[in-house]
Amino acid sequence: MNLRRTLATAGRVLTQISHDPRTVGLLLVVPSLLIGLMSWLFSDTDVFQRIGPAILALFPFIIMFLVTSITTLRERRSGTLERLLTMPLGKFDFILGYTIAFGALAVVQATIAVAFSIWVCGLTISGSLALLLSVALADALLGTTLGLFASAFARSEFQVVQFLPVLVFPQILLGGIFLPRDQLPDVLHAISDWLPLSHAIDALNAVAANTEDADYVGGKLVIIAAFAVGAIALGSVTLRRKTA
Amino acid sequence: MTNYDGSVAIEVRDLRVIRGTNVALRGLSLSVPVGEVVGLLGPSGCGKTTLMRSIVGVQKISAGTVTVLGYPAGMPRLRQRVGYVTQDASVYDDLTVRQNLRYFRAVLGAAASEVDRVLELTDLTQQATRMVGTLSGGQRSRVSLAAALLGSPDLLVLDEPTVGLDPVLRVELWALFHDLAARGTSLLVSSHVMDEATRCDRLLLMRDGSLLADETPAGLLAATGTTDPETAFLSLIESGARRTEPA
Repeated sequence: MNLRRTLATAGRVLTQISHDPRTVGLLLVVPSLLIGLMSWLFSDTDVFQRIGPAILALFPFIIMFLVTSITTLRERRSGTLERLLTMPLGKFDFILGYTIAFGALAVVQATIAVAFSIWVCGLTISGSLALLLSVALADALLGTTLGLFASAFARSEFQVVQFLPVLVFPQILLGGIFLPRDQLPDVLHAISDWLPLSHAIDALNAVAANTEDADYVGGKLVIIAAFAVGAIALGSVTLRRKTA
Repeated sequence: MTNYDGSVAIEVRDLRVIRGTNVALRGLSLSVPVGEVVGLLGPSGCGKTTLMRSIVGVQKISAGTVTVLGYPAGMPRLRQRVGYVTQDASVYDDLTVRQNLRYFRAVLGAAASEVDRVLELTDLTQQATRMVGTLSGGQRSRVSLAAALLGSPDLLVLDEPTVGLDPVLRVELWALFHDLAARGTSLLVSSHVMDEATRCDRLLLMRDGSLLADETPAGLLAATGTTDPETAFLSLIESGARRTEPA
């Protein structure tokens, strides 16, 4: 581990993205547009108030998963990863560099989405805004680390996109957006306890309704972080200097 | 290595590499002396890239040893001393030439002045602010080469660096290689174009995962009684075939 190399990698990834304004625009604006669409769709009901917080967890997670898995896949396929691995760059320097770069983007994205939800769509957040933002951020980081992990198992962009229904959709279905988690069949409820997105959605709902204390939300944050660290560790195992 | 005397850059002993069900290298032994331009020649698919990947330490090997500058290939301390250029330019298309080199320089921990030095060496100063994705194929591969030159590594492993370049540029690059060798750098340069054989100090001829010859260009021609490397290569294959066929 070397801080200078990690930051150089993060800076390089951000420079690459800055050369692609369309991607930056899509990353920052699309979640808010979709949240706006949902609030309009449910404008005469209380549905948006109920699922709005959970939606805030969804977009950073999905988008960061996609962007990260595709960029790292490109790096694996273009030969630049092989070059870097013959150079004095540690595996963790590489992964943390990516996590920092996309994490920074995720902060901006989550801030815009939360601001838009509250001030434009009228979502009521009874709890702490800072806590809400940190859960959204943890969620985006989780998407980033899972994306890094998934890219190791994909040989093409097509396969990476297929990982979305495999790794992400079940978490959305069981996460409590469609049906509150305590109303799920027992087996599915037990499974959903082991899915990180469930905890992110629980935490966001708790902050929005201000039904739990900060310790509860902190505990959920620890669970999300543990999944992110696990994905980083697994991702670094899949990043091998020597290949067949 | 206690008995490393510094005269051999690469020492390969009985190297065997199996990729899937296919034997890529069949017990290869060779050595590359320090400060020379050694050409690794052979047809496409004969195992040149696999050998080079073994030397830079990113290839899983089944048997044998690869020693680079006195250390087992791929050791962390070699990563600052060995420059590797893959066959396809391994640089970032969505960065400028200078941004690419700056990043690789930071990873290496080389001096900041290195970026300008390698830009000049590879004649890319004019293109420094252009995005790599907008460059021609030849320019892109020179960016890849420039990245490998950062920090003046002791050994350069170059996989087909002259493919697709125009003749003038090709001559310039070979001049650069010899210039680097004169200053003590060891170079292993692969090519599937036999014409380039005459530009090397020493030749390693490969075919089908085996080494056919380890000779100087003149020695090769003398040994085979031929006048050009292409015919020499063919004659080596023929005599090899005669040896292995039962009489």
